[in-house]
Amino acid sequence: MNVATTLPGCDAPIAKEQRPVLRERGQREVFCGLTGIVWLHRKMQDAFFLVVGSRTCAHLLQSAAGVMIFAEPRFATAIMEERDLAGMLDTQDELDRVVDRLLSRRPDIKSLFLVGSCPSEVIKLDLAKAAQRLGAKHMPNVRILNYSGSGIETTFTQGEDACLAALVPEMPALAADAPQELLIVGALPDIVEDQFLRIFKQLGIDRVGCLPARNARDLPSVGANTRYLLAQPFLADTAMALEGRGAQRLDALFPFGAEGTTGWLKAAADAFGIDPDHFERVVAPGRERAKRAIAHSKGKLEGKRITFLPDSQLEVPLARFLATELDMTPVEVGTPYLHRAHCAQELDLIPPSARISEGQDVERQLDRVREDKPDLTVCGLGLANPLESEGLSTKWAIELVFSPIHGFDQAGDLAELFARPLRRRDVLEV
Amino acid sequence: MQLSVWTYEGPPHVGAMRVATAMEKLHYVLHAPQGDTYADLLFTMIERRGKRPPVTYTTFEARDLGKDTAQLFQDAATQAVERFKPQAIIVGASCTAELIQDDPTGLSEAMDLPCPAIPLELPSYQRKENWGAAETFYQIVRNLADKTVTREPREGRKARANILGPTALGFRHRDDLVEIRKILDALGVEVNLVAPLGATPADITRIGEADFNISMYPEIADEAARWLERTFKQPTVRSVPIGVRATRAFITDVAELASADPTLALGDNSSRMPWWSRSVDSTYLTGKRVFIFGDATHAVAAARIAKHELGFEVCGLGCYNREFAREIRAEAKEHGVEPLITDDHMEVEDAIAAAAPELVLGTQMERHIAKRLGMPCAVISSPVHVQDFPARHSPQMGFEGANVIFDTWVHPLVMGLEEHLLTMFREDFEFSDENGPSHHAAHAPKTTLANAPTIDAEVPEEPVIPINDGSIWTAEAERELKKIPFFVRGKARRNTEAFAVDQGLNEIGLETLYDAKAHYAK
Repeated sequence: MNVATTLPGCDAPIAKEQRPVLRERGQREVFCGLTGIVWLHRKMQDAFFLVVGSRTCAHLLQSAAGVMIFAEPRFATAIMEERDLAGMLDTQDELDRVVDRLLSRRPDIKSLFLVGSCPSEVIKLDLAKAAQRLGAKHMPNVRILNYSGSGIETTFTQGEDACLAALVPEMPALAADAPQELLIVGALPDIVEDQFLRIFKQLGIDRVGCLPARNARDLPSVGANTRYLLAQPFLADTAMALEGRGAQRLDALFPFGAEGTTGWLKAAADAFGIDPDHFERVVAPGRERAKRAIAHSKGKLEGKRITFLPDSQLEVPLARFLATELDMTPVEVGTPYLHRAHCAQELDLIPPSARISEGQDVERQLDRVREDKPDLTVCGLGLANPLESEGLSTKWAIELVFSPIHGFDQAGDLAELFARPLRRRDVLEV
Repeated sequence: MQLSVWTYEGPPHVGAMRVATAMEKLHYVLHAPQGDTYADLLFTMIERRGKRPPVTYTTFEARDLGKDTAQLFQDAATQAVERFKPQAIIVGASCTAELIQDDPTGLSEAMDLPCPAIPLELPSYQRKENWGAAETFYQIVRNLADKTVTREPREGRKARANILGPTALGFRHRDDLVEIRKILDALGVEVNLVAPLGATPADITRIGEADFNISMYPEIADEAARWLERTFKQPTVRSVPIGVRATRAFITDVAELASADPTLALGDNSSRMPWWSRSVDSTYLTGKRVFIFGDATHAVAAARIAKHELGFEVCGLGCYNREFAREIRAEAKEHGVEPLITDDHMEVEDAIAAAAPELVLGTQMERHIAKRLGMPCAVISSPVHVQDFPARHSPQMGFEGANVIFDTWVHPLVMGLEEHLLTMFREDFEFSDENGPSHHAAHAPKTTLANAPTIDAEVPEEPVIPINDGSIWTAEAERELKKIPFFVRGKARRNTEAFAVDQGLNEIGLETLYDAKAHYAK
């Protein structure tokens, strides 16, 4: 193995002609990485997320959570105040005080993430140092880690990437002579994770770990015999950290739709030497079920033109699913970041007529939407109602992050998410 | 550093956005990193606005920090002015941009823009949303008002008023405004200007032409109103017409300044609240204990309505905006309760649990607290969620507002005869108080709540009333206590325990329970 294959982005064949990508800079209508906390704190049931930031961070989290969650959530903000910034108080001392108070109130916390924000990054508050100091104090009861979800460094789902990357050094080492293990990387809804684990078991792949684990303390092992599958397209740093520990990525489509899920499972089956006939027998029922479920939405979606505005980095694989399995026509596929290596197979399947764009200048992009007049525009919550009132049908992008959409048995739901706004528009007579 | 889970108010630049979004032909250039655009969804989703807030975010990134973020600001301002052609812009920084000290004020001055650029200094680490809205509105008024305008003599023309305060994302601002206009119309007063809601910068220049100002929401309008008093000698109407009595006072104040006959508006025969409150069906409302928390203006108004117009007893009163703490303290004195001035919702939750009220009047936060404690609740103040932006006309102000308030507050309660039946036949297996009021499903049966699968360790299964658990209650007394309807059980337990301590008893038996009842009888 040479160095190039271990670095993401370097393993794509250089000779192959790359499709053009429109790169833009300007106002971005996207969330920052802190938003990932909204699902991560539910996924990891023994973890708590403490944002070290401003009132804006706290306000973002409660607004992005959509509704305020009924119970006390497993996240909070340590809001920096004038006294912290003016040097009247030692910020590290203050942080110790806040963390002590938090941990005494919540003895059930086993992992605490100190999450950096724009203001904490700008004043260069050293959260790594804080995590180390506090970790020494609270070990072994609580493990304390840190990552940055700041908007100046991360866009929306990149917050999950940063969080998972922070977990990688904590993963136990997989012995060099251990049998090959599979690692599923990316937070999935529990029900979807269970479905995948069942399928892998039926395939005969028994040693399967998940990152993140439902309990942050039960991290899977990683080593040279780890083969990992990305369940999400936004995990560049996590992938790099895993490669740094010897793990190898299995290149695959992302598990959306009947074909995407088949491809994703196949990549694992091949790496683990599963007999192709056995693979077919195990996977066929799920794949056929997925196709039947998708068919319900096909009448509504086929031939329709769709534009994605950048949001979660799920745009490229989803556009591929809609193009190949529902015969939709992607007009523009915007993504905050395009990881060419991770999305290589996806990009190949998106029709050449589609405009791929990376980054955002929201005003210019909206000008293109108005000119393109797609049948459906996938966009963030700040843009959906304004576009609807201009007469464009929209789909909230955030619902794609907050719903189970991966795998065979969610493929129909995923198609339905796109069909529903169009059906609704046809139903309403007011 | 303040540990916070939920916040009552956003940062001050969100207050500025509320003003900018309410106005027309004004644009806000905000120096801010990626992610601060989340604030747009407050307006497009919670308030269901069909237009994006008129805000351009400079969207700087970490890699820009070593370079020229100031240039980024100037480019964004130039492009925004070209694209949106506003009559004026406001410029400022969000919390992160404040730290990098690019000085949007100086930058915009140096740019020679084709429209006025109003600088905002909103200290994010000291101040909050309401203050930000008030400061922004004040700066807009101060910078744009034409100070040379002179008022024509009053003879031969109608009196003119400015209506100040309604913004975007305000609790019922849209509907309150309709009611204020209705009253002014009845009194023959002309509206010179409504601001910020619907006003353009050009409109603001004419603000000095009015004879007086109406400060609808002091949290937002009062700073500007004080400047207008000094600059244009315009008196301010400060009574806030929430409730029947307050509406009457408001009408009287306006009539006096307008030299109009107040009876024209006082005789509004769509005011049903007084009769609804006097009708015998409402007898059961007498002495219901209510806990009130919100912004100071709405909380004070609610306390007065509760006591004087519905016959409730105020058992707790507080606000989250420290700037108006004085008003709350004065009002709390009237009710003989300790004022609660805090923006820590956990402190509010403790206070509500300790007071064990029969009704909670509060914000979105108190709605959640009340739900968790199994108490009825109605929302009276921001912050609110999407269901508090109703499609129907639903004001808080004026006589119609009082009608709405009667319905909203009384609806969550167990109705009079049902309350009696529950007390009489409390062991009926179908007609159980655990199921809550029968006419609606405002709060789920507690059995479901307790059995619901939950992964949060801190969800209390019962109202958190400090229960003396090396229990001094005899089994018999404990059983009897369970027969008391749940909405007063907490109070009965607390009173009985206080009574036992008072009497130096170390056991609570059946007799103690009824002795305590007699002791606390109204």
